[in-house]
Amino acid sequence: MTLYRNLTIKQKQIVWAYAFLAIPILFYGIIRFYPTGNAILISFQDWNLLGDRTWTGLENYKKLFADPDFWKVFQNTFVYLLLGTPISLVISFFIAYHLDKTRFMHGFLRMLYFLPFMTSAVAMAWVWRWFYQPVPIGLFNNFLSTFGIPQINFLNSTTNALPSILAPAIWAGLGFQIIIFMAGLRAIPQSYYEAARIDGVSTWTVLWEITLPLLKPTIVFIVVFSSIGFLRIFDHVFNMTTNNPGGPLNSTKPLVLMIYETAFTSFDMGYAAAQTVVLFLVLLVVSLLQLRILRDK
Amino acid sequence: MNTVKFKALALSAVTSAAALLGSAANAVEIEYWQYFFDARVTAMEQLIENFEAANPDITVKMTHFPYADYRTKVAAAIPAGEGPDVVQLFYGWLNDYVEAELIQPLPADEFSPEVIDAEFFPMVQAMKDGDQYWALPTAVRSLALFYNKRLLEEAGVEPPTNMDEMIAAAAAMTKRDGAGNLTQVGMTAGMTAQDHHWWREGLIRQMGGEPYTNDYTTVNYNTDAGLKALEFYTSMFTGDDAVTSIGFMDEPQAAFKAGRAGMHIDGSFRIGSLNKQRGLEWGVTELPATADGTRSNYSSYWVNAITTKADGEKYDAAVKFMQYVTSDEAMQIWLDVVGELPAKPSVGLTEANANDETFGPFIKGLAYANTTKFANESAQRQLMVEMVERITLEGMSPADSLAMAAEAEQKILDEYYAK
Repeated sequence: MTLYRNLTIKQKQIVWAYAFLAIPILFYGIIRFYPTGNAILISFQDWNLLGDRTWTGLENYKKLFADPDFWKVFQNTFVYLLLGTPISLVISFFIAYHLDKTRFMHGFLRMLYFLPFMTSAVAMAWVWRWFYQPVPIGLFNNFLSTFGIPQINFLNSTTNALPSILAPAIWAGLGFQIIIFMAGLRAIPQSYYEAARIDGVSTWTVLWEITLPLLKPTIVFIVVFSSIGFLRIFDHVFNMTTNNPGGPLNSTKPLVLMIYETAFTSFDMGYAAAQTVVLFLVLLVVSLLQLRILRDK
Repeated sequence: MNTVKFKALALSAVTSAAALLGSAANAVEIEYWQYFFDARVTAMEQLIENFEAANPDITVKMTHFPYADYRTKVAAAIPAGEGPDVVQLFYGWLNDYVEAELIQPLPADEFSPEVIDAEFFPMVQAMKDGDQYWALPTAVRSLALFYNKRLLEEAGVEPPTNMDEMIAAAAAMTKRDGAGNLTQVGMTAGMTAQDHHWWREGLIRQMGGEPYTNDYTTVNYNTDAGLKALEFYTSMFTGDDAVTSIGFMDEPQAAFKAGRAGMHIDGSFRIGSLNKQRGLEWGVTELPATADGTRSNYSSYWVNAITTKADGEKYDAAVKFMQYVTSDEAMQIWLDVVGELPAKPSVGLTEANANDETFGPFIKGLAYANTTKFANESAQRQLMVEMVERITLEGMSPADSLAMAAEAEQKILDEYYAK
């Protein structure tokens, strides 16, 4: 105690600050950083969850880069990202922009757009899975066959399956992005618009020269946030293809699903950890790149 | 409440808790773990009740959780000295459990290998290592052909006994709409269900092949027999005369349950859920034979074993419990409640069981069944799924697709057995 008594007031404040900070630091250390470090360690080991861990060095990474399935999955993951992020960004901005101007039933419409975001992804994925079935049970195909249009293989196709799974995933995330966009739109001072109106510029110019530049922080946030979401896509894919996860022929399998399968059906924890480390690096690089490109100059 | 009253209450609570603990110390409590499957839990509850009645000094606590978490929890609990004294595991996991020292061999005095060899179905010998058994099943499962009685009657066909009859019956029950889309299939198909077992241990052997050699360490189906088996299988859902399609109504068992499929190959464990389906009139018959009468079937089983955690009086209690769950009585209860077949011919092949309308075909199937030793069942099944997908979605020839599957599966086996 004498040690504490001899401290200056400034030093005592620091001690107290750290005492309070200790709780979140410990929490993060034990819940976040320790497992992360452990995962990196396991990626250099061979472990089937039951037996001992044995050191294998870079074996898991060598196997990973030589695995054609991994590259296919890697490609899928980026297709989800490169299709999902721009499409959802454009749609959500379009809706938010017009919803912002709408007064009629504004609250109700906003609620309708937000509803899918609150719905369980698992339930939604299963409903869409049934929508996509061929006749006699699929809603879309029944509709097509009523008009004599040939059937579309939504999920049982190596080319259609990925966009079919992506569509409900985009739809589900839309509500959140719309809300963020609307908050961003409201934050733009009205005086700019008034000045523009006095100068008599076109709506298009207002959008291009005022709204979009001032929305940049919002856009950066949504791009980074939804990119991470699409890079980590799992529940939609897993639930829409449960019997043949990531199928047909791995055409819809994202990296997270591959990690899950390697870890919890093949029990190859070392290999799964190596995939996790790769995913971590991809997320890190993509996020840093986006922050750099979209940063204010 | 004043302090005196509170103290009195606290004191009485402590003494009564101590009394409870005191009485519990006389009885041995052992823990039993299995994964959650409604009928299995009900059956085990009955077995535990009977066992506790016969052994009043032992209580058995059953814990069950979803299949997806099962292996992870067992692996984490036993080395930590927690968890089960008796555990249920899939026959294919035995090697992993033995190597990880999660289970201990059954004592040869109570579980004499000679007696087990003589009394149980021969496939159970996969649980034997040298002169001791590691684990024993209560029940075994096999495949059979389910059929929808109404659809069969409507099409005017009989339950098939061989493959030609089966295809003919399926064709008679297949319905299409004006655009040629299937609205009712004669037969379900899909490697994701039980068909990959039917193909491996059924069709290939019936075509004169042997799916694996060297005790299931070498893939041996990239042969004429394997190709014939695959071509027979794919002929059901390719071409204009297809009697089924992959993914019809999402899942094979769903199509059959909904009454939109005439026939469906599945395991005896499906009986319970079909019985619950209102309005479905179903029957079951043996898997179809070839024209010359060759039959083959697949069987699998879950086993119970004593974990390394059990010692002292808990070990003795665990041995007694193991003896009970592998007894004739337990097997009959398991059959009646779960629909899984007794692991001993003496119980299974009784007159009543073998002639049972529902269980009979499965029990007869056991006589000519083989048990695949999987290294990684889901990965090996996935290869069969993809083998068919390459043919249906990418137009690859069955021969090429078969060769790719064989090569990929050999890789899985090599990796597993190299350890």
